[in-house]
Amino acid sequence: MNPIFKSHEKDFMRIEAEQVCVDYNGTVALYDASLNLKAGSICGLVGMNGAGKSTFFKALMGFIRPSRGKIRINGIKVNQAQKEQTVAYVPQNEGIDYSFPVSVWDVVMMGRYGSMNIFRIPRESDKRAVLHALERVDLLDLRERPIGSLSGGQRKRAFLARAIAQRASVLLLDEPFSGVDVPTEKLMAELFLQFRQEGHTILISTHDLNHVRDFCDFVVLINKTVLAYGKTSEVFTSENIQKTFGGTPPNPLSGPQSNKDFVNE
Amino acid sequence: MSELLISITPNNWLLDPLTHDFMRRALMVSALVGSVCGLLSCYMTLKGWALMGDAVSHAVMPGVVVAYALGLPFSLGAFVFGVGSVALIGFVKQKSRIKEDTVIGLVFTGFFALGIVLVSKIKSNIDLMQILFGSPLGISRSDVNQTLIISFIVILILLIFRKDLMLYCFDAKHARSIGINTGILHYLLLTLLSLSAVVGLQTVGIILVVAMLITPGATAYLLTDRFDRMTILAVISSSFSSVLGVYISYWSDIETGGSIVLVQTLIFLIAFLFAPRYGIFKNQSLINND
Repeated sequence: MNPIFKSHEKDFMRIEAEQVCVDYNGTVALYDASLNLKAGSICGLVGMNGAGKSTFFKALMGFIRPSRGKIRINGIKVNQAQKEQTVAYVPQNEGIDYSFPVSVWDVVMMGRYGSMNIFRIPRESDKRAVLHALERVDLLDLRERPIGSLSGGQRKRAFLARAIAQRASVLLLDEPFSGVDVPTEKLMAELFLQFRQEGHTILISTHDLNHVRDFCDFVVLINKTVLAYGKTSEVFTSENIQKTFGGTPPNPLSGPQSNKDFVNE
Repeated sequence: MSELLISITPNNWLLDPLTHDFMRRALMVSALVGSVCGLLSCYMTLKGWALMGDAVSHAVMPGVVVAYALGLPFSLGAFVFGVGSVALIGFVKQKSRIKEDTVIGLVFTGFFALGIVLVSKIKSNIDLMQILFGSPLGISRSDVNQTLIISFIVILILLIFRKDLMLYCFDAKHARSIGINTGILHYLLLTLLSLSAVVGLQTVGIILVVAMLITPGATAYLLTDRFDRMTILAVISSSFSSVLGVYISYWSDIETGGSIVLVQTLIFLIAFLFAPRYGIFKNQSLINND
């Protein structure tokens, strides 16, 4: 039902990260993080707050430039991939100003901006894409409502609809399940499985281990670097989880890791 | 004078001033400046740039003085110093550990002080009061032309990039993720701010121009949940306040800038109290029905 993406080969790599290092003013936030994700897969990015999850995300989105390493999306550079509307980002609820005077329809239409001309005047096809996206997240009835009047779960669905409307082949979701109600959680889980069927690649950052077991094909365990990466059934062991969430990181480069970050955030 | 007051009817209250050339000019310029600043004020209030508006509008002061002294168009000097102050704020913030609002306050007062010193040092016919408080009633032909050109540029850019700038204010991350260059948008918005401050100080002067850049947006923000409606309401309330302010100033012989901004503030106050959805005395039925 969605457009057919450039490549449907099973082994086509949508996300390739090679030994990515990121540091902020000399403080290492992430080092030697590597990741390869095929088309049609769901991958969970798991780690504590402050473990470099969001740093890795930002690097994949091109928001920060790695000090070392290489990132490719659909085989091309990140900023090129962005221009081709290949990557969609679904933000955490906290990062958005919900008193902004826009309707749900307006928000979802923002997913189409990259495909429009400079004046951003919606064409029929853009309107259809928005309508379709709203249908999929079950928000069609609320499309005229201001975004601020929605519940937490509905807001999340609105931003998911924006990503759907963008028709990107790679979806990056930052803590999609935090603060959502049960129906929304169900709907999103179903949608993710449909996306995989359609050939999307989905990277979900989460600290909820149950979600990983439920529907992530792959999992990346992260603590300043990629501790373990592979099929969920093989990698998601209690030993690895212990390594991810407990104690100090395995490399002295980043300095001692305390529980402070965890408490603060 | 008392005879004059008695003979004023609503009709000639409106029409009498139009018989004067300087008043027609003042009204036209004020309405235009009101529209430009009103349009931009939506972005300023939504982006949370009120302090930035204050900074830029004060920082243009030395530019105006230098331009007058050198016989250049005042808008050129003001623009250079407006953009310069923004660049300096960005530089100091990046290179030091000082927080942004402190840097903003520091830079703009420095520029403003430089302007005041320059006025007192450069012996010319610069009228400090005119720069500080504006004088639309005494605006010259060449100033009118400058205002027209700058206003046209600002409105044109805002119309072309209105959706991109709106997206930038709402969710800059998403804008970046779909390949929009948010760095350019950031500096575009700052440039528009400098230009609007330049035209704004024509009517209300440097000290009050920040009101032109935030009050109409704040008023409109209380009245609607739609961005397009917000811009229309801001433009209407802003140009209406400007025109009414000039009329009041003419008939009551009070400072024009102060009169314009007071009208704006009053309109805000009305919205603050009685806005259907977001006012203090909001319409309960409207909210429950939703």
